[in-house]
Amino acid sequence: MSQASQAVRNRGRASAPSGARSGRPPEQQEDQSASLRRRAQNRRARRETLFGYAMVASALVVVVVFTVAPILASFVLALFKWDAISSPEFVGLDNFDALLSDESVTHSLLVTSGLAVIIVFLQVALGLGLALLVAQRASKIVQHLFRAAFFLPMLASAASISIVMAYVFNDQFGVINYYLDLLHLPEVSWLSSTGGATATIVLVAVWQQLGFTFILFVAALGSVPGDVLEAAQIDGASPARMFWRIKLPLISPTVLFASTVGLINTMQLFDQPYVMTKGGPGESTYTTVLLVYQTAFQNLQFGYASAISVVLFAVLLIITAVQFTVSRKWVFYS
Amino acid sequence: MTAILDTQPATTARAPRRRRRVRIGRLLSLTVLTVAAAAVVAPLVWALATSLRTPATSFDNPPQWIPTDPVWSNYQAVFDKVPLTGFFLNSVVVTGLIVVGQLITSTMSGYAFAMVRFRGNKALFAIILATMMVPIQTTIIPVFLIIKYLGLTDSRMALVLPAVGGAFGTFLMRQYFLQMPRELGEAARVDGASHFQVFARIYAPMARAPMATLAVLTFSAYWNEFFRPLIFLQSTDNFTLPLGLVTLQGNLGTGSISIVLAGVIIALIPSVLIFLAAQRYFVEGIVAGSFR
Repeated sequence: MSQASQAVRNRGRASAPSGARSGRPPEQQEDQSASLRRRAQNRRARRETLFGYAMVASALVVVVVFTVAPILASFVLALFKWDAISSPEFVGLDNFDALLSDESVTHSLLVTSGLAVIIVFLQVALGLGLALLVAQRASKIVQHLFRAAFFLPMLASAASISIVMAYVFNDQFGVINYYLDLLHLPEVSWLSSTGGATATIVLVAVWQQLGFTFILFVAALGSVPGDVLEAAQIDGASPARMFWRIKLPLISPTVLFASTVGLINTMQLFDQPYVMTKGGPGESTYTTVLLVYQTAFQNLQFGYASAISVVLFAVLLIITAVQFTVSRKWVFYS
Repeated sequence: MTAILDTQPATTARAPRRRRRVRIGRLLSLTVLTVAAAAVVAPLVWALATSLRTPATSFDNPPQWIPTDPVWSNYQAVFDKVPLTGFFLNSVVVTGLIVVGQLITSTMSGYAFAMVRFRGNKALFAIILATMMVPIQTTIIPVFLIIKYLGLTDSRMALVLPAVGGAFGTFLMRQYFLQMPRELGEAARVDGASHFQVFARIYAPMARAPMATLAVLTFSAYWNEFFRPLIFLQSTDNFTLPLGLVTLQGNLGTGSISIVLAGVIIALIPSVLIFLAAQRYFVEGIVAGSFR
């Protein structure tokens, strides 16, 4: 491809001078100068190629050494039993065989996908709802104020936010239970019951990432053509009808993007459970990445941990593939 | 609401009623937005307010939302009792080097993939792009081993080196360079400028906006990073802020949460300042990502 376009470009360059000179010099001279020119062009093309390689080299080296090679290495490592001290022992597909019947693996995958689905649904629904409300505001200043407010938690690290939230949701001294008490509502054992811990993780993750979906949807709604909405309004369409029939179809690519990115991110949930619950109580918030971390870096089962991480990668690929196939049916690309 | 409207046959009354309905609707939406915004900001306000209470009263309820008698000693304590200065400097060095590295490698590679004709352009770009989806957990074990092999375990460079180039930056910069006119560079080439001069003098200066976007997004991602530091770093001297704070919380226990919260607030300040200065680049970056 690039070679072909190079040839086209070289011909384009060469045509101007050769056209100007044609007819005048004898044939031999023409041949000689043509070959000289061709050599010059080749030299120029070679120089451009070298320049191209030099420019992409740094990024390419980093990506190849720290992502491409490790990905391949993970697949290979997954076929070994290795504790990082003794020499690795080839076990074929034994690791994958073992993890299928390993309850902590299947359970962690269930926990993670359950969390991911709830979190992403809430992020998309709330982000879209708030974006619709903000889009109605005429004042740019009001819009920017809300945008800044919803964005604020995204600026903090999930780890240090989790520190804060572990205090806020503390069963005995936490602010949340204090206010529930004040409203004569039953206190919730947020971090010490399985349901409470799950709810806490969901709330914290949704709360922190809400700004992301919000900003995406504000931008998407801003690009819905005004004349279409106006026409619908004149025809007497209700706001609900306008949302379901016009706005939602038009922003469906953004809904798809937000949910794909959201699912991919939340399937890798780690910081919040690590800091707030350590995966507990029991294994109720024990996500797959937490499992990979402990298997590899605390139990030193590098081969087995690699196998789990490969499975997680496969799950992410499947999610993405399914989402894009399904989307063909309902996503509207203009 | 509609029921009331239907019972009123007088057409003259309809217009003001609809206006009132719109006004009530707007008021309602403003209320919902305000409540949502308050709920989103509340935990951070609580953290700030509590960081200004004495450690002994930090868990007292009701919380003091507006500190009437702010105690600044926690901000002193967090530097005295904990190596917070060290954490902070480590975060600055690590994040700074990563941002600079990302800008250099991504601008160069993005430019080359968009503007330079060379054999393998498409294929190499496809390789880089394919890694955009790879989750860090799937590469972390081999990367840990490479870091160990390079003798960089428990060093700040272990965090920097693997992060100075990547798919997202390359992709983002390439997108912008693709939109730029080729004629400028071709004209400069005819005038005798070298390939590198064309890049450095003409195109790179035109790409300041995407570079700013890349810089703020990279900063935000690595300033807040927890997973890799947790795995790569062992000695407290090398800890970055998030890892240092989590460790601090574990060590200090619940007795002195206001000190921990002071640390959390300090860690948040640079991000907030950068956001205030470059809000539009944050937004642009997020939106640009959705068009990939």
